[in-house]
Amino acid sequence: MGNIIREYRTVKEISGPLMLVDDVEGVTYGELAEIKMEDGSIRRGRVLEVHGKKAMVQVFEGTRGLSPQDVRVKFLAKGMELGMSIDMLGRVFDGSGRPMDDGPAIIPEKYLNVNGNQINPYARDYPNEFIQTGISTIDLLNTLVRGQKLPLFSGSGLPHSRIAAQIARQATVLKTGEKFAVVFAAMGITFEEAEFFIADFRKTGAIERSVLFINLADDPPIERLTLPRMALTTAEFLAFEKDMHVLVILTDITNYCEALREISAARKEVPGRRGYPGYLYTDLSTIYERAGRIKGKKGSITQIPVLTMPEDDKTHPIPDLTGYITEGQIIILRPLHTQGIYPPVDVLPSLSRLKDKGIGVGKTREDHSDVMNQLYAAYAQGKNARELAVILGESALTEEDVLFVKFSDAFEDRFVRQGEYENRTIEESLRIGWELLGMLPPNLLKRVRDEFIERYYPKSS
Amino acid sequence: MDGMKGEVIKVSGPLVVAKGLTGARMYEMVRVGELGLFGEIIEIKRDEYSIQTYEETEGLGPGQPVVRTGEPLSVELGPGLIRSIYDGIQRPLDVLARDFGEYIVRGTQRPALDRSKIWGFVPVAHTGDTVKGGDILGTVQESALVSHKIMVPPGRMGTVGQIGPVSGNVDTEVAVIEGPDGPFGVTMVQRWPVRDSRPTKRKIAPTQTMTTGQRIIDMFFPIVKGGTACVPGPFGSGKTVVQHQLAKWADAQIVVYVGCGERGNEMTDVLMEFPHLKDPTTGEPLMERTVLIANTSNMPVAAREASVFTGISIAEYFRDMGYSVALMADSTSRWAEAMREISGRLEEMPGEEGYPAYLGSRIAGFYERAGAVICIGSDDRHGAVSIIGAVSPPGGDLSEPVVQTTLRVVKVYWGLDDKLAFARHFPAINWLASYSLYQEIVDSDADDTVDKMWSVNRRRAMTILQKEAELDELVRLVGIDALSLEDRLLMQAARMIREDFLHQNAFDDRDTYTSPRKQFMLLNLILRYYDEIRTGLADGATLDALLKLNVLDEITRAKLIPEDDLERFRSIESDIVNSIRALVW
Repeated sequence: MGNIIREYRTVKEISGPLMLVDDVEGVTYGELAEIKMEDGSIRRGRVLEVHGKKAMVQVFEGTRGLSPQDVRVKFLAKGMELGMSIDMLGRVFDGSGRPMDDGPAIIPEKYLNVNGNQINPYARDYPNEFIQTGISTIDLLNTLVRGQKLPLFSGSGLPHSRIAAQIARQATVLKTGEKFAVVFAAMGITFEEAEFFIADFRKTGAIERSVLFINLADDPPIERLTLPRMALTTAEFLAFEKDMHVLVILTDITNYCEALREISAARKEVPGRRGYPGYLYTDLSTIYERAGRIKGKKGSITQIPVLTMPEDDKTHPIPDLTGYITEGQIIILRPLHTQGIYPPVDVLPSLSRLKDKGIGVGKTREDHSDVMNQLYAAYAQGKNARELAVILGESALTEEDVLFVKFSDAFEDRFVRQGEYENRTIEESLRIGWELLGMLPPNLLKRVRDEFIERYYPKSS
Repeated sequence: MDGMKGEVIKVSGPLVVAKGLTGARMYEMVRVGELGLFGEIIEIKRDEYSIQTYEETEGLGPGQPVVRTGEPLSVELGPGLIRSIYDGIQRPLDVLARDFGEYIVRGTQRPALDRSKIWGFVPVAHTGDTVKGGDILGTVQESALVSHKIMVPPGRMGTVGQIGPVSGNVDTEVAVIEGPDGPFGVTMVQRWPVRDSRPTKRKIAPTQTMTTGQRIIDMFFPIVKGGTACVPGPFGSGKTVVQHQLAKWADAQIVVYVGCGERGNEMTDVLMEFPHLKDPTTGEPLMERTVLIANTSNMPVAAREASVFTGISIAEYFRDMGYSVALMADSTSRWAEAMREISGRLEEMPGEEGYPAYLGSRIAGFYERAGAVICIGSDDRHGAVSIIGAVSPPGGDLSEPVVQTTLRVVKVYWGLDDKLAFARHFPAINWLASYSLYQEIVDSDADDTVDKMWSVNRRRAMTILQKEAELDELVRLVGIDALSLEDRLLMQAARMIREDFLHQNAFDDRDTYTSPRKQFMLLNLILRYYDEIRTGLADGATLDALLKLNVLDEITRAKLIPEDDLERFRSIESDIVNSIRALVW
């Protein structure tokens, strides 16, 4: 194929975001294309299918205003690449990877294909380093570790952005000599939301250590498909070539999936659940699985994807398939939010799959696991009893139940609830946990080993 | 040869169409494009050959070459399988990482069995012996736990000519056999096309219990050697932990673990943990009996489709040696989705939910490769392959096609329940919904080998749990005070069965494995307590006192009693009797 520049004026069909170019030669799958319009402006596209002399091109900026007669299509003989440099820190880029702040152009150290390569499972290192986010419901109950992918399952109107920003702000406690960066990928969110993050990063100075990729709600939807891949390529560069611990925030995955559905519909593919393509799982995994650690490398990539569940429905394909790939989920609950509790984390169905190897002696504290299990169990029992009381009235509760109801109320009020700028250490979270467990007699704390009860159970109050 | 080389005419994701491959067969392997990507022919229309490609196809286009290999997708079978980690088409991931770095590079290949490893072959057969397919020629000590049998390949026969102790790599000739069509050499390695079952003399009904050390499984929903089971459940309900627990503790001689379209970190977990875990019966590291296949979710879907076949072929090969093999596939839903994706690209008419119409027959065909068998060969040795498949139904909806077609073929159903998982009750196997069709086999076995009360106790405990579910409904309507005193006692017993017996912590060293003997004693202890408090109540003790005995703590902690100190169960039993007697007096 070589370096011949191949430019074609043979666009035959335009439909939705797709364009069919005929009489092409040497075009390959996944190849990047430049679409030149009459007025000299350029759009970019990617080859989705090539059949004989026909190539189907997906146009990132959309096909509005394109006419088959006017456009010239040039195939660039390479996949989608992004120039990488350490100077990307502190900068803001649009959905095509072009700087959108007033800074100078980036001089790339190297170009990387945004689709990345799959990490060989054998080369992975198991994530087991505790990250302190300063949020009790995460640190103590759903512990985040470096290299994990832990999404926020939220709904419209809930404070997931504030929680994500709080994590980004506080999850930066490092041992000396370690470097930290945030990569922020905004897909189809509103200007206000994007501005909230940017302002927050500015205020705390985090912006210096951040790379932002922004595609707003009125930007071309198809860009949302490559944006997270650009963000993750940047993260991989920073983590595995520049030894940084990178936190990637992807918001909002729901918009990403809708863009994918749009392409799939335009290609007239057989739809799966709710019109999403059958390969949604595989496609999402090529994003989420780019989190992790690699043996022999200092850096790590931790992902916090944010998604809004349509109708708060956890069985909707987007949260459902996400949950099957990610290592747990933090669920944001509307009723708690309505009660004015921030962060409204629904503790019981939230989960961190990697917590067990990131906690305990030498990582957090010896009693962490027991306290966690006990808080879960007691809160679950309290919530059950509370439901019972709703049906039967308080009088139907046993003495023990009443105790657990009181416990769960206090748990929500003092443990779950905390300030947006309150950065609790793990010891503080444990202390509050023990204070609450102190409301229950020691013989009811079956999940805690005796030695820990002896050591930590609050003495007489 | 004409048609050995063709060219690409179409590329659409993992699907490549080529022409000029006249003579190529269905499911033949080809190398595609300049990079030589691996692919398999899955449809032939006149001169158009559809190829599912096992690697990312970016950069592939019309005009690029396609080369036939003349062979269907096959695995290499021989010493060196144990402790290996392969991708879906049996590329050794550890070797690829060593030679090509931490990312998987396209078109790379290394032999599945390491040619630099030297094995010592010890002959069993002698010169002059008449042998046929499956007969054992000799053995190779492959790992601390596995003596690898070198067998005459299926379908061959003759008289042993030369044979003797020899060491060398797997390609070393260990014997020469004078066959009807002339002499042929046998090396330590065989190739086998993965989509074909390996032959057996005949299948037999499974009769042996497979102990797993998991209380809810062994006691209530047991599996046998050669049996099939499925574990469906929504995300977060603990499918993978159940699979890992079985891979760790099931008393199979060989474990093949197929990570099919799941998380990369989970495979890393297995890789890091298994070398440190000791097999409860032999004390050797579990890795010494394990083969891993890792085709994570982000790796190409076509290779995911192939991964379960690669796994089952390896499992059958060890079965042929006379071993009992357990294969875990996590998750078969991802496998089915891979079929769906390829089928969609082929523009086949979809069946339910977009899955291909042949979904049911493929799933059934896969599980049918499990079973207890009499192996080929003259000595009529027995072998078994058990399959335990995880299913990940979308939205936890059990009516979806993969769950439904799986349930039609498997004999054991461990239904995971997210409500239990939220309450941190693990394993979150729902005891009211799950079933095992091997119950009778296992009951009669356990009554003989563990305790004659095994099946009686099991039935009693299950009745208590079922009664509890009924009473629970009542409590929700009218409150606990409306129950009779006897029912309150039953609720107490049921709670103890749930919390102190069924609940098992996979991450606690003392709790992760329980021998059948201890399982029996633990359940027996709870039932004994239940009997005693009923007697106590009849003799005039108050309900409150009976429900708050100090001895309850001892029962709660009984699951942590070490395996070598089972006498303590007796002392707890007498504590129960004494403390209740004290109440009545």
